Amino acid sequence: MAAPIDLDDVVKAEREARSRFVKRALVCTSTACVTAGALPVRDQISKTIHDAERPDICVVSTGCPGMCSRGPLVRVEERGDQTTIYTHVDEDGAGDIARDHLLTGKPVDNVPTMAPDLPFFTRQVRVVLETAGRIDPDRLEDYVGEGGYRALARVITEMAPEQVVEEILLSRLRGRGGAGYPTGRKWALLAEAEGDPKYLVANGDEGDPGAFMDRTIMDSDPHRVIEGMAIAAYATGATKGYAYVRAEYPLAIERMERAIRAAKRAKLLGRNVLGTTFSFDLEVRVGAGAFVCGEETALMASIEGRRGLPVLRPPYPTEKGLWGQPTMINNVETLANVPAILNHGHEWFANLGTETSSGTKVFALAGSLEDTGLIEVPMGITLRELVFDLAGGIANGREFKAAQTGGPSGGCIPARFLDTPVDYEHLRDLGSIMGSGGMVVMDDTVKMPEVARFYMEFCRDESCGKCAPCRVGTEKMYAFLDRICRGVGRARDLAHLESLCRTVRATSLCGLGQSAPNPVFSTLEHFRDEYLDLLVEEEEVNGATA
Amino acid sequence: MRPRDPRPKVPVTIDGDDAEAFEGETILDLARRVGVPIPTLCYLDGLSVHGGCRLCSVEVDGDPRLQLACATPVGQDMDIRTNSFELREHRRRIVELLFAEGNHVCATCVSSGACELQDLAVETEVDHIHYELSHANEGIDASHPKYVLDRDRCVRCTRCVRVCAEVEGASVWEMAERGGNSRLVAEMDVPWGDASSCTWCGKCVLVCPTGALSFKGRAIGEMRHDPDVIAFLAQARAEEEWVHPSDEEVSL
Repeated sequence: MAAPIDLDDVVKAEREARSRFVKRALVCTSTACVTAGALPVRDQISKTIHDAERPDICVVSTGCPGMCSRGPLVRVEERGDQTTIYTHVDEDGAGDIARDHLLTGKPVDNVPTMAPDLPFFTRQVRVVLETAGRIDPDRLEDYVGEGGYRALARVITEMAPEQVVEEILLSRLRGRGGAGYPTGRKWALLAEAEGDPKYLVANGDEGDPGAFMDRTIMDSDPHRVIEGMAIAAYATGATKGYAYVRAEYPLAIERMERAIRAAKRAKLLGRNVLGTTFSFDLEVRVGAGAFVCGEETALMASIEGRRGLPVLRPPYPTEKGLWGQPTMINNVETLANVPAILNHGHEWFANLGTETSSGTKVFALAGSLEDTGLIEVPMGITLRELVFDLAGGIANGREFKAAQTGGPSGGCIPARFLDTPVDYEHLRDLGSIMGSGGMVVMDDTVKMPEVARFYMEFCRDESCGKCAPCRVGTEKMYAFLDRICRGVGRARDLAHLESLCRTVRATSLCGLGQSAPNPVFSTLEHFRDEYLDLLVEEEEVNGATA
Repeated sequence: MRPRDPRPKVPVTIDGDDAEAFEGETILDLARRVGVPIPTLCYLDGLSVHGGCRLCSVEVDGDPRLQLACATPVGQDMDIRTNSFELREHRRRIVELLFAEGNHVCATCVSSGACELQDLAVETEVDHIHYELSHANEGIDASHPKYVLDRDRCVRCTRCVRVCAEVEGASVWEMAERGGNSRLVAEMDVPWGDASSCTWCGKCVLVCPTGALSFKGRAIGEMRHDPDVIAFLAQARAEEEWVHPSDEEVSL
């Protein structure tokens, strides 16, 4: 049997290795950059460096540094902290960067660059994404070299499980999946639950249109999620964990699986973690493409190999979950916050963000923005700062119209609320929700009823069909919205739409149906005139084919 | 005289009236015992709770969300409202949605006059369908020698799925696909007549609330279901007491 990993040795070895390199080329190989062609770019650079026999230059395949709209990104770091970030790199550009910049030290001017001190980077506070974009997600040593698994090692040797739960409670960390339930309270419930075994699940079934926070966390820094899970398992007494990742995230699945294997070999997972009495086994379960499986009871059915349908709660999963055993489901981002909280203390974390929403939040910025991609900011930042400072404002010189948060369960926030702090309570008060962190920004060319129709179409297609209000209601709400958008809707269509929205919200079984009317409610609240402008008089319809 | 129920009782209020509920019984059990009507569709005595039709949603004071009467145990001092204006509106709309989803044309249906959906329409005062009709067109599965399945009349209550799995133990039925495409299938979506696991017991037909499952050869309005037999079976099995209270012979 191999001995457990010695974290100090690895840190030392990594530091020594790092000191031998005069230059490092960091190529983003997260999903967005890979899609834009990052792999041939990386291979081109690697080959050139290899052929030149320059062991003092290192090429790293990293996770996501954030600015997905300008990918593929190549970051060249030289001794003396000089950094150049090349954007939109193609294979030819990669050859130039390798030959000129890396080998001869002459920066390339025919590949676009961006300043590393753009507000997009400097205004962020990276806790969950601390090492994303700087390390190779496929190398355990990279994560350990940056202080990884230190929290786990300390927790399981120096702290009682109750102390860990207490630390999370005091940090006021709330679930990042959308609902914002206090994480520490959930942990305490599982810790107190009677039953053996207890299960722990990382929910990586992120499915909101425009959301890619969890995907990036998993494909850029899988060990952080694993460390968070192992700490959660120790605190709650769970002995078996599942990382539930949707099938549409092949890269995240591959990297999570590789990371789990590496962690097992290093005795950071499995039986007797780091030689202690604590044991925790972890495996990846792949979803099969249903949005509703992000709902925790449906997710558990899916893990058990059954049809992914939500069931009535109570009993809650912490009482009766997977195979009838106590089970806790935490979002991927929630778990990725855990190592930092234990490293820096609950006070540090609670001081980030606002009174009710502590810490940071990862947002996936998408839509009509100059720069889109993944950012992490303290809770309570205003929408205006996000849109105009970090993301560089609205693309093509258009006007800001609305920001959609919370995906199909959320709502649209109009321009007059741009100075609202972004946290759980304020977004809820505006008729939207924090959700998992997807943010789609829309310019003045966008028609809001069509936005509502888009999200309703999504909910209709993703309804599982178990309960009548959601199964049929989403279909009929969509039909009303479609009539209105096509310009054949009448006042009574709007009235029936609104009353049906109320019924579906009040009577649906799970969150999918209960929140499906939200985009309609919020666009009606803030943009009612746009609906009214589309309605036709009764007489007009009588002569036309509706 | 029936012996007194030994279960402890808790005081509750239902629609403004004081009542005594047995600990652990559901709001629906209580309502039926004290004579308060709550509409149900997917619920059936003797089968597991499904919670899909949402018609038995009730208001519980202090809870911002509606609770399902069929699934929620009564608690101490619970103040339950079963018949508010809002609830009646929700129920009527859900019944309208069910009508819009399928082809529920009573005038051409074998179950007309003995159909729970039809009764619900009366109970919830449906006089119009305000939603675009889906014009379901799944067609009819008449491959079974004794029974017929008309999926266009199915309300997805899953009584047949549950009775086949839980009482008969054959598990012929399951729901396939999702959302508006979800449909009842036999085995791995084979014609019912080819489903070798079917025992021909007919319990699915007896529990069907609409004309979706019927005996072959019934004309319009001639189909009579008998869902209550399942409650008798469940109780008979639990107590090993096989005499029907009505003293009539039970035939399946």
